[in-house]
Amino acid sequence: MQTKHVRQIQIDVNGEPRSLSVEPRLLLVHLLRDQLGLTGTHVGCDTSSCGACTVLLDGRSVKSCTMLAVQADGRAVTTIEGIGNSKSLHPMQEAFWAEHGLQCGYCTTGMIVSAVDIIQRNPDPTDEQIREGLGGNVCRCTGYHNIVRAVKAAARAVRSGARRKSVAEVEPLTPPLEAPPVTGEGIIPHREPVGAGGE
Amino acid sequence: MIPSAFDYARPENLQDAFALLAEHGDEAKLIAGGHSLLPMMKLRLATPSILIDISRIDGLAGIDATRDGLKLGALVTHAALAASEQVRKLAPALADAAAQIGDTQVRNRGTLGGACAHGDPAADYPAVLLALGARLRIAKKGGETVKEADDFFRGMFETALEGDAILTEIALGPAPHSAYVKFPHPASHYAVVGVAAKLELQGAKIASARVAITGVGDSAFRAKSVEKALSGVDAGDAAAIRSACIDAAAGIEARSDVFASGSYRAAMAAVYAARAVTAAAIR
Ligand SMILES: Cc1cc2nc3c(=O)[nH]c(=O)nc-3n(C[C@H](O)[C@H](O)[C@H](O)COP(=O)(O)OP(=O)(O)OC[C@H]3O[C@@H](n4cnc5c(N)ncnc54)[C@H](O)[C@@H]3O)c2cc1C
Ligand code: FES
Ligand code: FES
Repeated sequence: MQTKHVRQIQIDVNGEPRSLSVEPRLLLVHLLRDQLGLTGTHVGCDTSSCGACTVLLDGRSVKSCTMLAVQADGRAVTTIEGIGNSKSLHPMQEAFWAEHGLQCGYCTTGMIVSAVDIIQRNPDPTDEQIREGLGGNVCRCTGYHNIVRAVKAAARAVRSGARRKSVAEVEPLTPPLEAPPVTGEGIIPHREPVGAGGE
Repeated sequence: MIPSAFDYARPENLQDAFALLAEHGDEAKLIAGGHSLLPMMKLRLATPSILIDISRIDGLAGIDATRDGLKLGALVTHAALAASEQVRKLAPALADAAAQIGDTQVRNRGTLGGACAHGDPAADYPAVLLALGARLRIAKKGGETVKEADDFFRGMFETALEGDAILTEIALGPAPHSAYVKFPHPASHYAVVGVAAKLELQGAKIASARVAITGVGDSAFRAKSVEKALSGVDAGDAAAIRSACIDAAAGIEARSDVFASGSYRAAMAAVYAARAVTAAAIR
């Protein structure tokens, strides 16, 4: 396949101005992942449906699989790496962790980026507004309850001016489970399956 | 999925865009928000050899309230329409539709003009524009024309736009008693059935109505028999409204797909027409 003219574009990526050479057909998600090594932005469906590839474009959530890199010329892009990192977690990242808002984590970076957009525009969203706002983000394992809880917790934290913490500072919310004392009570004795030995 | 290779130009004004269209003819495609075109290009259902990005042309992204209603630039995003107080007040049906398109990310990128130009049979705006009697301004190298919505949406992915034309503005008269309701596809949120209604009220009665339906036929259409049946009906009489709407999809060959059969779509058209009229009546 013939490569059409490469173009020079300027994008502010996570606060850093970048000058980049791109083919017009290069998708923004591939620029971020393959050219800039920002692999926190995921590709889930590649068909504009799942939101795993969500980034902020001038502060608003967009699907980077449905945008050309050249369309971001002159704009500011924020990826999950620009939202926070392990030394300085965004309250949204801390809340997803604390509230168990993820399991496999595949959808999580897109979820967090979308959720940050939601609370930037609406610092105190209702459950319904959160669910509606995350309508473009699909999670295949957590179930959405804890995600909604996490966004609410993060909104609360941001409203009360919570400072960013590092991973090491984040306390687990619930104490570790204690092993139950072994008493022998309630243990079901082993039985041969019915029919196995002839009753 | 990667689109086939293409060139890219980003004109700063309409004249430059026309020049590029003239130069490249059928090989060129306009791109605004890219939320219908790029998915097609990724599947290689569209393989233009040059994209003309009109998204930064000045003056096409305004929402202006005038004495005669609203003037909306083709580049206004769904999100901007959904968030506009003026749109909510003067044309609530349009605000309803904009707020229900796709999802947050789609609404942040997709544009009013792009959605109309695309002519998708399940798109939301065509029903609203038909019910509200919108006028669409179309610019070409030689000059401009204005088309009534009734003459604009022609068939599946088919509109009155010719290849060298750019939709620049959509004008609407005030429609305070209007509403749009839809049965969204649960995954894409496109309209399985969507109905827009605009009413003129005289006291408690419906003096006249315009009702348009999307998602059901090859393109959005006016339900003219419903419009006729609604005239004189008590705006608070739910049963009378339901019976006036019963033949909403009469004479239309309703589309069938894996999600909904044609007869189901036709049945839902009647249900959603009644809901749209009821919602418009209490606004
Ligand atoms: C996941 C997803 C869900 C969606 N859900 C819905 C939904 O629920 N309801 C709905 O109605 N739509 C839905 N859409 C479509 C969305 O609304 C698109 O934004 C819209 O159809 C196209 O607008 P655009 O600005 O993105 O146009 P583009 O994709 O840039 O262009 C579309 C077509 O219009 C032409 N064009 C664009 N602008 C102009 C212009 N000013 N003049 C002349 N031609 C022009 C282009 O050449 C192209 O052929 C969805 C899209 C996605 C990806
Ligand atoms: S990968 Fe972009 S929406 Fe799924
Ligand atoms: S945590 Fe696995 S997809 Fe959401």
